[in-house]
Amino acid sequence: MLTAQSNLIKMKKWEKNITYLKRYWTLYLLLLFPVAYFIIFKYIPMTYIQIAFKKYSIVQSPWEMPLADNHGFEFFIKAFSNRDFLLALRNTIMLNFLDLIVGFPAPIILAILLNELPYKKFKRFTQTVAYMPHFLSWIIISGLAKQLFTPTTGLVNIVLNRLGFEPIPFLNDPVHWVWTYVFLGVWQSVGWNTIVYLAAITGINPELYEAAEIDGAGRFRKIWHVTLPGLRPTIITLLILSLGRILGSEFDRPYALSNNLVTEVSNVISTYVYAYGIKGLQFSLTTAVGIFQSVVCVIFLFAANALAKKFGERGIW
Amino acid sequence: MVKSNSSKIGDLIVAFLCFLLILACLLPMLNVLARSLSSTEALIRNEVLLWPKGLNFDSYKMVLEDPKYTWSLAWTAIITVIGTCLSMVMTIICAYPLTYDNLKGKRFINAMILFTMYFNAGTIPLYLLLKDLNLLNKPAVLVIPYCLSVFNMIIMRSFFYGIPESLRESAEIDGAGPIRILISIYLPLSTPVLATLSLFYAVGRWNGFSDALMFMNNKREYWPIQLLLYNILNNVTSIEVATQEGFTKPGLADSIKAATVMFATVPILLVYPWLQKYFITGVTLGSIKG
Repeated sequence: MLTAQSNLIKMKKWEKNITYLKRYWTLYLLLLFPVAYFIIFKYIPMTYIQIAFKKYSIVQSPWEMPLADNHGFEFFIKAFSNRDFLLALRNTIMLNFLDLIVGFPAPIILAILLNELPYKKFKRFTQTVAYMPHFLSWIIISGLAKQLFTPTTGLVNIVLNRLGFEPIPFLNDPVHWVWTYVFLGVWQSVGWNTIVYLAAITGINPELYEAAEIDGAGRFRKIWHVTLPGLRPTIITLLILSLGRILGSEFDRPYALSNNLVTEVSNVISTYVYAYGIKGLQFSLTTAVGIFQSVVCVIFLFAANALAKKFGERGIW
Repeated sequence: MVKSNSSKIGDLIVAFLCFLLILACLLPMLNVLARSLSSTEALIRNEVLLWPKGLNFDSYKMVLEDPKYTWSLAWTAIITVIGTCLSMVMTIICAYPLTYDNLKGKRFINAMILFTMYFNAGTIPLYLLLKDLNLLNKPAVLVIPYCLSVFNMIIMRSFFYGIPESLRESAEIDGAGPIRILISIYLPLSTPVLATLSLFYAVGRWNGFSDALMFMNNKREYWPIQLLLYNILNNVTSIEVATQEGFTKPGLADSIKAATVMFATVPILLVYPWLQKYFITGVTLGSIKG
């Protein structure tokens, strides 16, 4: 009796599943392609990570390769005793840190500036023009930069020369190169990054501005007491994401802007992996470097998020 | 409210700062344009600033007569169109099913997709996989490996979530299946986000460089424009581009390089201002995250 009842329930459940599938099987069919994409191009490469712990061999699959020395950590030890890698690590941190210091506040300031601009059409035009650099590739920007900054024939140095100044080796001297790199980064992204902040500013209750005005607040006090607090959640979220990328590295930007005179500051982890891995065929070593980078990025992201939550912010999860 | 004098001055200062920003963005482009149109003598004498001197179109002619350069432009246009279509289809068919709240397994698939946003295997594992799949130096390698961006998928899904569920429910009562609902209700209502993401994918492919450098280095006939441009700008002599004949003459090399930069830039500059109101919605949606 009891089993018959449970069988009946099972039958009903089964029927329900059938109608569910009849109705929604097409959704699974659609999802099949993206899921296959993620498995093939994101998850299968993760199985290749073991190469970092193994002696690479071109004829064997990663599963069959023999374990590397030092319990498999041979290539991590090798990386951290390799001068080029340590230099790339230092440069990655240095350039990202400068990007954070200079590049992070820039769009906030520009967004506030744009928000203070009372002329609607001029504001729209400024925005359109400021978005433009975001759509240029780093190869094109490096082309522009070379035409502008070459010591004798570049626009900037021609003008400096006419004004009686010495030419500045913007891209040909390590220290100048670093600042040019950072400045070009701001130039490329500042306009685009204001979009999020401007959207957040539109979300601020206008009554707050009116109340501040009645209390006699001027332009700066309104910015300080109304606009900036209104931007706070957005700033925190983007700051967490930026901190998560402190060891991440772009490839196109340093690679395109680099030249033989500045390699000691322009080589970063991504260009190191390209030079030693794809060109130098040291797959185990560069996979180890890649894992180190990915793991540190995840740790930083979690740490930044935890820190934000500790200070009573919302975090990104 | 009547504005005080001091706040009017403030407005003017703000406007002036914005004006400086506009100059900073436009002057580099103007400089390159002027160089591409100037005579070699004027360039050698460092006379060209923002206005062409000795106006001529020789460098444009030389670039256009170079079959390697024009083919690279055409080829980049081809993979941009194909890549954008593929990416849009993948993004739509990934985002749409995930908007069904009662879809079984949704949480798992969601987690699986989001995980790849925070952790990736790195360049070399992908390179080795493409090698094992025999995709290196094949045209498909410029389209397939990065065809679906999680970030763009999230933007699409946020937009789909904003479409009232009652529309879907009433269509379901009328007997429409999920695909029918997608095609006749969701997609027509989603033009802003479709335009935005198409722009993102197209710009990404047009500007794409590192994947071609790493995965397509040995097949020069499939080089996209950015990779060719990189080699031209850095005077890599082995590429045997016809325009390089001009490289031995100092001024001409400058104006030819400027012309190649213009050709690679102008297509994008013609498109993006028209889509501005759309991509602002798109970026804003992306920041609210899934």
